[in-house]
Amino acid sequence: MNQQDLESRFQDKIDREVKIEAKDWMPDAYRKTLIRQISQHAHSEVVGMLPEGNWITRAPSLRRKAALLAKVQDEGGHGLYLYAAAETMGVSRDQLLDELHTGKAKYSSIFNYPALSWADMGAIGWLVDGAAIMNQVMLQRTSYGPYSRAMIRICKEESFHQRQGYEILLTLVRGSAEQKAMAQDSLNRWWWPSLMMFGPSDAESTHSAQSMAWKIKRKSNDVLRQAFVDATVPQAQYLGLTIPDPDLKWNEETGHWEFGPIDWDEFWNVVKGNGICNRQRLRDRVNAHEEGAWVRDAALAYAEKKQARKAVVTP
Amino acid sequence: MKDWPLWEVFIRSRNGLDHKHVGSLHAADWEMAIENARDVYTRRNEGVSIWVVESKYIHASDPEEQDSMFESARDKVYRHPTFYDIPDEVGHM
Ligand SMILES: [Fe+2]
Ligand SMILES: [Fe+2]
Repeated sequence: MNQQDLESRFQDKIDREVKIEAKDWMPDAYRKTLIRQISQHAHSEVVGMLPEGNWITRAPSLRRKAALLAKVQDEGGHGLYLYAAAETMGVSRDQLLDELHTGKAKYSSIFNYPALSWADMGAIGWLVDGAAIMNQVMLQRTSYGPYSRAMIRICKEESFHQRQGYEILLTLVRGSAEQKAMAQDSLNRWWWPSLMMFGPSDAESTHSAQSMAWKIKRKSNDVLRQAFVDATVPQAQYLGLTIPDPDLKWNEETGHWEFGPIDWDEFWNVVKGNGICNRQRLRDRVNAHEEGAWVRDAALAYAEKKQARKAVVTP
Repeated sequence: MKDWPLWEVFIRSRNGLDHKHVGSLHAADWEMAIENARDVYTRRNEGVSIWVVESKYIHASDPEEQDSMFESARDKVYRHPTFYDIPDEVGHM
């Protein structure tokens, strides 16, 4: 079959909602786009453990500590599911980690903001996981089978993340004036970066059209962002907190919350590496990897030794 | 650094059901593969039994030959119960 026939047969499968599996023929650009997207997603799960991991030992109660520990552990698992999905496309784990550690691959910019107070554990769960869930629920129906299955698994685990975050804020707003102020301050800092998590607006987004045609993405950045705002505003109202956007207003006709302009200069600046924590996050990740090298090597050496010993014992 | 070998993980969610493929992971040997599978794939009581198989030992049919591979079953409608006409009066069969 020639290239053109292969491509039209591929697109036909996509149009009929038949999932693409690892060994199926696929266009190079589809493979490349997915490797980039899935590995970025994996890196985000892994780097995302850093801002929250910092707070595990400072959680205010055993209940909160157990919940945060379980959440961070889940994120590590999400990274694993996604790396494994990327590896089905013929890249090695080593190669993917290398791209993260050398700064060649990106991860979600949200994790380049600092987690300054305990309330941030609330805001991150509620807003950052909330925004991620919007995206991930859509990706459960993505056209690449292994990615879709990883997303289904992840979505099952995510909802506790958002709920534990919201519960933290609920407790704070019912506490002292200082605690409520801490919750408000946290919302003030995390609101706009959370909206930026959906990526550039549709008009500016370069990869979007092709990704939609291939059904890698099934909803546009702006549609997802709007759905997130609509879901989140009433939750903020319930908390009695004020969303830091003077232009935010309900539109009776469209049935949506209208929001003010996003500062895309800030977004691109963080993407380019100039956020508050970019250097720290990458350094911590590289250190964790390098300091764990002896464990990986020792485990392999031990497995080989066991194997060799068994070979001697069994005739 | 050499990557640890890749393992496919199969989990029985409760007795009476088949083991089902749930995903894969890297581990130095099968014992570590089972421990890691427990830690990532059964954090919420998803399983009562785990199988791991090193991925390189799995052989698969060729997706390019999918049509010819499964074609012979396609025109054999007489293998299905609905192919046979049994009057309603006979009752459930
Ligand atoms: Fe996650
Ligand atoms: Fe999460």
